[in-house]
Amino acid sequence: MSAPPPGPALIAVRGLVRVYRSGDVDLRALDGVDLEIHEGEFVAIMGTSGSGKSTLLTLLGGLDRATSGTYHLAGEDVTTLSKNRLAAVRNKLIGFVFQSFHLLARTSAVENVELPLIYAGVRAAERRKRALAALEQVGLSGRAHHTPAQLSGGQQQRVAIARALVNGPRLLLADEPTGNLDSRTSLEVMALLQGLHRAGHTVVLVTHEHDIAAHASRVIVMKDGKIVKDEVQEPVQAVVPP
Amino acid sequence: MNLRETIRVAVRALGRNKTRAFLTALGVIIGVASVISMVAIGEGAKAQVEQAFASMGSNLLVVRSGSSSSGGHRGGAGSLPTLKWDDLRAIADPSQVPAAKHVAVELRASGTIQSEDANWQTTIYGTSPEYFVIKDWDPVSGTLFGRSDVDGGRKVVVLGQTVAKELFGLSDPVGSIVRIKGVPFEVGAVLEAKGQSAMGNDVDDAAIIPSSTFQARIQAGLAPYVNGTIYVGAGSPEGVSRAEKQIDALLRDRHRIGQGEEADFTIRNLTEMAAASQQGTATLTSLLAAIAAVSLLVGGIGIMNIMLVSVTERTREIGLRMAVGARPRDVLLQFLVEAIVLSFGGGAVGVMLGVFGAWRLSASFGWPMLIQPRVVLMSVGTSALVGVVFGLYPAWKASRLDPITALRTE
Repeated sequence: MSAPPPGPALIAVRGLVRVYRSGDVDLRALDGVDLEIHEGEFVAIMGTSGSGKSTLLTLLGGLDRATSGTYHLAGEDVTTLSKNRLAAVRNKLIGFVFQSFHLLARTSAVENVELPLIYAGVRAAERRKRALAALEQVGLSGRAHHTPAQLSGGQQQRVAIARALVNGPRLLLADEPTGNLDSRTSLEVMALLQGLHRAGHTVVLVTHEHDIAAHASRVIVMKDGKIVKDEVQEPVQAVVPP
Repeated sequence: MNLRETIRVAVRALGRNKTRAFLTALGVIIGVASVISMVAIGEGAKAQVEQAFASMGSNLLVVRSGSSSSGGHRGGAGSLPTLKWDDLRAIADPSQVPAAKHVAVELRASGTIQSEDANWQTTIYGTSPEYFVIKDWDPVSGTLFGRSDVDGGRKVVVLGQTVAKELFGLSDPVGSIVRIKGVPFEVGAVLEAKGQSAMGNDVDDAAIIPSSTFQARIQAGLAPYVNGTIYVGAGSPEGVSRAEKQIDALLRDRHRIGQGEEADFTIRNLTEMAAASQQGTATLTSLLAAIAAVSLLVGGIGIMNIMLVSVTERTREIGLRMAVGARPRDVLLQFLVEAIVLSFGGGAVGVMLGVFGAWRLSASFGWPMLIQPRVVLMSVGTSALVGVVFGLYPAWKASRLDPITALRTE
């Protein structure tokens, strides 16, 4: 294992355990994970299905709670927060990108991007301005008033990335962001994430594809709810073929 | 997230499924509309009854002779004359019955009345001028007969609207000569229209002559007894019950009947009858309102049903909203406001429909249109309340969802 890059620790996880109860059987999806991720890193978490990688990302995103262990995000202990405080953390510190995009149907791209700002209490005019800026950042300024049904898969995922970015989060999480895309649009999305990384964003993504993980600068491999490998690597630049 | 934003989001969410929103609101629309029109019907009926009693005169006592009794067959009130003209004079004497403001006798007989070219079977009344005061009955043309006409036994007649129309059509009969049972009478006045009595009789089908003339020309004999009814006007509801006690005491004294013994006369209090009848229509109104309220309740259950379906359908949306920062109370408020918008909007449409329905009904029944702002406000308030009550459970269910479970729901 290599030493982590310098900088303040954004994520600090100690002894994280997540047990799912199904019937009489306890399933230990996470079985004691220790992890530190620093500001400005681009981390790919790999593993087979059932390795616990998605569970870990869900916990990092504040969408679920650990059975035991601690999780500090930007110095704050997230494990003990109330539901309302946790919602505020998701709103302000975290941007989440899902495999299936999760855009609101029959709602324009710009309104989808505005969603986090509504819950942040941003006024309508300011909201619209920031949402349009985020769409421009992902190269979709011309599609602001299209509904998801009028957009391609790649475009939909870029709208979702714009939504994750719009409230200026400290951490960008992506759960199999290319899982529903073909290889070309996958490359587009990865190029976008690399660009965001270069611009200073901290990106953590989950994937089971080596090609995708190759674009990250650090790769964590999980198996049976434990981290089995954690390496820094030279990222492969994602170049979209002409 | 502020309230305006919440309402905007709720309206948009409902707009995505317009047919469903409309059908859901329809329950409340019908509920509110029926509350308003049913209460308007009840109030209209009440006003109708009040008007009918007012046509008989208000604050009124009716004194009649006792019943005859022969071989077990009892003839009913007034069938045996027991009241004498002296009794009448005693009741009319302010020193003996101070609470009686106006006293008038009413003798009645059925008879045919003829003009030059028409005849009409009607009721002939013999009375005194106080009668018109007690009944609050004014002439539309001519002058009513006075005390001197009664004392002089003059042959003058005052016609009700119906009789005047049947005999003279549209022309003014004042000054014309009519014959009652062959005796010529001069028409002194025509009375204003009163419409139906509480019993459904046409009050305007009447020819009214002085009581002395009635005794001499229409009925023969029984001179010492009043073969009719005595009306006593008391001026106020309290005066009515005072007058009732005073007359009862006076007549028992004059007829030598002890307290507790069966009297040979009856005193009826029309104010009490009117009150009882009004209570009846008030009960009717409450009954109609209760039935309508049940339909409002059913409308509320419809809203709850659809909101539960909506929460289930939109579980992923709820999960996403939570993932990007919606707090449980934001989700609760969103679905609650959606339910309230549905029910309140339905309530507003229901008010319009109810007012229209009440207007149509009052037009077809010929009643005054009675829509009380209180009822309108109450039903709109109730519909909003229905939204809160029936929207709360689905909204609470939505707010309790776990974000990641909600997101992964298919």
